[in-house]
Amino acid sequence: MKADNMIELTDIVQRFGDKEVLKGITLQIKAGEIFGLLGPSGAGKTTLIKIVTGQLRPTKGSALTNGTPAVEMTGAMYRRIGMMMDIPGLYGRLNCYDNLKLYARLYDIPEKRIYEVLEKVGLSDARRCPVEKLSKGMKGRLALARAVMNEPTLLFLDEPTSGLDPAATRRIHELILEEQAKGTTVFLTTHNMTEAEKLCRHIALLYDGNVVEYGEPKEICRRYDHKRKLKIRLYDGRCLELGNDKDAAEAVGEYLKQELLETIHSTEPNLETVFMELTGKELV
Amino acid sequence: MVMKMRNIKAVFLKQVKDIFKNKTILVQFVMFPMLVIIMENVVAMEGMPEHFFVRMFSFMYIGMAPLISMAAILAEEKEECTLKMLLMSDVKPAEYLLGTGSCVLSACMAGACVFGIVGEYEGKAFFSFLLIMAAGAAASLLVGAAIGTWSRNQMMATSLGVPVMLVFAFLPMLSMFNETIARIAKITYSEQISVLIGGLGQSGAGAENVIIILLNIAAAFGCFVLAYRRCGLG
Repeated sequence: MKADNMIELTDIVQRFGDKEVLKGITLQIKAGEIFGLLGPSGAGKTTLIKIVTGQLRPTKGSALTNGTPAVEMTGAMYRRIGMMMDIPGLYGRLNCYDNLKLYARLYDIPEKRIYEVLEKVGLSDARRCPVEKLSKGMKGRLALARAVMNEPTLLFLDEPTSGLDPAATRRIHELILEEQAKGTTVFLTTHNMTEAEKLCRHIALLYDGNVVEYGEPKEICRRYDHKRKLKIRLYDGRCLELGNDKDAAEAVGEYLKQELLETIHSTEPNLETVFMELTGKELV
Repeated sequence: MVMKMRNIKAVFLKQVKDIFKNKTILVQFVMFPMLVIIMENVVAMEGMPEHFFVRMFSFMYIGMAPLISMAAILAEEKEECTLKMLLMSDVKPAEYLLGTGSCVLSACMAGACVFGIVGEYEGKAFFSFLLIMAAGAAASLLVGAAIGTWSRNQMMATSLGVPVMLVFAFLPMLSMFNETIARIAKITYSEQISVLIGGLGQSGAGAENVIIILLNIAAAFGCFVLAYRRCGLG
């Protein structure tokens, strides 16, 4: 395992009965980066996160988390990991403070840290409010507060903004970036391409149990640049869609000379279109 | 396996807070002690044995409250994924079970104290009464833990727990009226608890009573281990 890799997955295969959910995943995630695992529902994202966190033993292959086989992780190692899973796992009848107090006791964290993280996620005023009365966005922020309370070196976030309104999503994005700025490695699963482009340094597109693309979001989009189109609108009312080639460039030049060109837009591929090209399906 | 007292204490304190806010569980521990106070003070019939309601309700309480509470708590924690988060936070299953179990047992023993006071047990008899109740509560706790571990959610825990609870809670009462039932009931811990409480101050606990209770505890523990191996806690 390379020293700068926080997570290293080699040929991970996971079967549930006859169904092969993961079909030989190989990935490296560097320390200190935000890594995004993207894929539609049922692609195997949560299964992979369970393998990396040692909750599930893979049928085949090896998963190393911080140099240790994930299934052999001990309690002390879990203390350096923060987790926000798809289901927040909060005690509904207890208030925000009591939920965090439980984990503060388990991790032997001083009480002032509870107030710090509540302040950070903007839940200070709601600290005495029972969790069952919080909105979905507030529950998400509380789950994130719990995940970062022990100042983890590795943070797993499974669909952290799924179903949240834009304001709550933006707040969670800010918190994730704050954690990364402190040197925390973030493993993020999402089916939101915009989120991945905004936050992640590297992403992997997971589809039907395979990694169909891996790299930096911009670099991946560049790879599929042949899909770029030029949309132009002429003063005579015509709207044209031109390809990304020499002929199109000449045509644009001609329209410019004739002073016919009213607007021109370049439609570069984004992760959404890349995914559609790779799989023929939308990312939902 | 090294257990951390800090983790057990954290789970225990969390559970104490949660029980006070969970009316469904709280009512299990309050209902019978309240009922026994009311019945002992309101109902008085000629020829009725002294502290009849204390004797009758004590084995019902022991057969119901810890069993249903433990099953419901475990099943809810599994359903809401709170248990999974705890286990991923360096809490061992044994630490969780000890923390939760000791909280349920404490709540149960608080109710048992009410029974003891209403039953006017004093000195050694009071402690013997509590000891008998604690043994019964331990057996019920383990049965509840097995049901909770086996269940995927609270609904399943209720479906499994209620019939089991009815058997243990009502067999001793039914055995008073039917000899065949009495022969069957003899092998259950709740019947033995009933016998021991009935005989408090008159005769000591016989080896047979103690052995049957211990066998029941061992069987309940076996069921729990089986459920744990098959379903786990996560």
